[in-house]
Amino acid sequence: MGGEVTKSRKVWAPWNEADAKPFVRIENVTKKFGSFTAIDNVTLDIYEREFFSLLGPSGCGKTTLLRMLAGFETPTSGRVIIDGEDMSTVPPHKRPVNMMFQSYALFPHMTVEQNIAFGLKQDRMAKDEITERVGKMLKLVRMEKMAKRKPDQLSGGQKQRVALARSLAKKPKILLLDEPLGALDKKLREETQFELVNIQETLGITFVIVTHDQEEAMTVSSRIAVMDHGYVAQIASPGEIYEYPNSRQVAEFIGDVNIIEGQITEIRSDSATIKIKGTDVPVETGRSVNATADEWVWVAIRPEKMIISLDAPKNGSINCIAGKVMDIGYLGKLSVYHVRMEDGQIIIVTQTNRMRETERTITWDDLVHVSWSPDAAVVLLS
Amino acid sequence: MMPEQINVQTDKTPRNGGGISRMVRECRPFIWGAKVCRAYGLQGRSITVAIPYLWMLLLFMAPFLIVLKVSFSEIRIAIPPYAPLFQFIDNSYIQITLQLKNYAMLFKDALYVNSYLSSLKIATISTIVTLAIGYPIAYAMARAPKTWRLTLLMLVILPFWTSFLIRVYAWIAILKPEGFLNMVLIWAGVIDKPLIILHTDWAVYIGIVYSYLPFMILPLYANLEKMDFSLLEAASDLGCPPGKTFWKITFPLSMPGVIAGCFLVFIPAVGEFVIPDLLGGSSTLMIGKTLWTEFFSNRDWPLSSAVAVVLLLLLVVPIVWFQRYQARRNIVDVV
Repeated sequence: MGGEVTKSRKVWAPWNEADAKPFVRIENVTKKFGSFTAIDNVTLDIYEREFFSLLGPSGCGKTTLLRMLAGFETPTSGRVIIDGEDMSTVPPHKRPVNMMFQSYALFPHMTVEQNIAFGLKQDRMAKDEITERVGKMLKLVRMEKMAKRKPDQLSGGQKQRVALARSLAKKPKILLLDEPLGALDKKLREETQFELVNIQETLGITFVIVTHDQEEAMTVSSRIAVMDHGYVAQIASPGEIYEYPNSRQVAEFIGDVNIIEGQITEIRSDSATIKIKGTDVPVETGRSVNATADEWVWVAIRPEKMIISLDAPKNGSINCIAGKVMDIGYLGKLSVYHVRMEDGQIIIVTQTNRMRETERTITWDDLVHVSWSPDAAVVLLS
Repeated sequence: MMPEQINVQTDKTPRNGGGISRMVRECRPFIWGAKVCRAYGLQGRSITVAIPYLWMLLLFMAPFLIVLKVSFSEIRIAIPPYAPLFQFIDNSYIQITLQLKNYAMLFKDALYVNSYLSSLKIATISTIVTLAIGYPIAYAMARAPKTWRLTLLMLVILPFWTSFLIRVYAWIAILKPEGFLNMVLIWAGVIDKPLIILHTDWAVYIGIVYSYLPFMILPLYANLEKMDFSLLEAASDLGCPPGKTFWKITFPLSMPGVIAGCFLVFIPAVGEFVIPDLLGGSSTLMIGKTLWTEFFSNRDWPLSSAVAVVLLLLLVVPIVWFQRYQARRNIVDVV
């Protein structure tokens, strides 16, 4: 059933369409604070109705970029264009965007209702219209019963909902979310992620979210921009970023990965062969590589895409490394194996625990074979 | 289950008992003190609470009751210069004489009513001016870079290191007709004959505002410094221009600081004596001056005590009313 629905849906990916017009355009933007460069010549496009994530470790410039969209920072050079208008120097109170703050920034002297109505009052909206809109927003975030409460009488999750309602009340062209779920506990965070996606789809507003949590970015986003030290390392859909990272840094930031150094021996139109450093093990990849023979590259393989076995696989001559089990971590639904290769590098392999733990056949100090299919290996040039 | 529990108890008792007896040997006076307190139902917590009460009782309530007692007495040429309230008659009765004429006098003679009104007026205007000057200073301090804040705070507190009297005397030197201010203004060509400021109400206002400014700035600064800057960003983000944001967000949130600062300036300003005495003129009426004259010049202790009691009531009533109002508002908020 589910599969049929997915098949019949047309893939929505305006970034792949040549004639699609970007809704937000960040053009050669650089931001310097004194001698520190927070944003280094960033160019990126965001399309209408996208749920766009800025992902990166703290201090990578993602929040600065978001604050530039809101108008709290002006670019040192470059332009910020929203819906065709150059917004680079427009002050925040005149921009058609709203922001949900990491600290929620609810006005403590106003009730939930008054907080949500605050932005509408600034637009001099008619009183009954304000009441109606506030009611709708309260219903959207399921906070009708809390309308008369003050922020300090709300729990963290409730505050988060009010902050969301307040930032959506003005129907902004873009909603900016700065670590919106950072203060919630894990379980509530996971629930809220899906709720955010539903709200975004219902309202059709473009969302730009800043997060350091890669799982969160993967769950909610249409596309992710992975940032580091003020530049954008890669912009792609969650699946693409996970399966085809363009650098070691992106591969390491998103999920767990084994990175093995090797030298290219042969390049074909649809595949390539790489010899792993220090061994004669050949690795075959499922895609061709844009490199020259004899060049040193890195092969990235996700731990869950590897198979660990006591016996050598049938076509054991390629994509197979021998090693010794050093550590086993039992995580319930899966087990993590640390396997030491002959040259000392540790390979991490995860296996779903389909059988009971007691029936596990592999144990410490076993000599094992780790293998993978050609599609699992990604060649990284940097 | 039962035997085990008993075992646990018997196991613990000797250890604890031994500990206490050793402690008793080491610090006997404390234990005796504690024992006495416990005998009267006093424990560590209630003793801690009792200390501030005791302080208030000894240093505030007792003197106040003495003043209250004197205010109901009658002036006498004696030492002390008032009639006793309690008298033994025939060694069997106690006669209590409560004189209300001191209080009646306060309303009969316009001098006292005018002094009260004039004091309230001067204190109110001074408080408003202090707030108007102090708020921007406190705001600028709170928004200054973190490394500067301590220095700025020190600069506000620095005048306290000089005696209050010397600072008020300094204002005489500045404000007098041939003083510093007039010299500068005449030299600059703004005026051609000296302004008469000293010994007018203007000088009193200047003196009070100058002296009490730190008491306004400090609570305001403490409040504004804590304020979450992202609230102002949020207001701006929701379309509120900067000026309006101040009145909609910053000022309402700083209300506790504003109220604390106003009380700290207004209350001492009402009873101020030194500033009107040194800087004010003979026409400057303030209750502190009137009280001083009654006490030291006329040696009328009962009347000056009555003046003091009424002054206290004038100040306490609005404070109590305000606290009630605050408490009620909090209850409404919770409901």
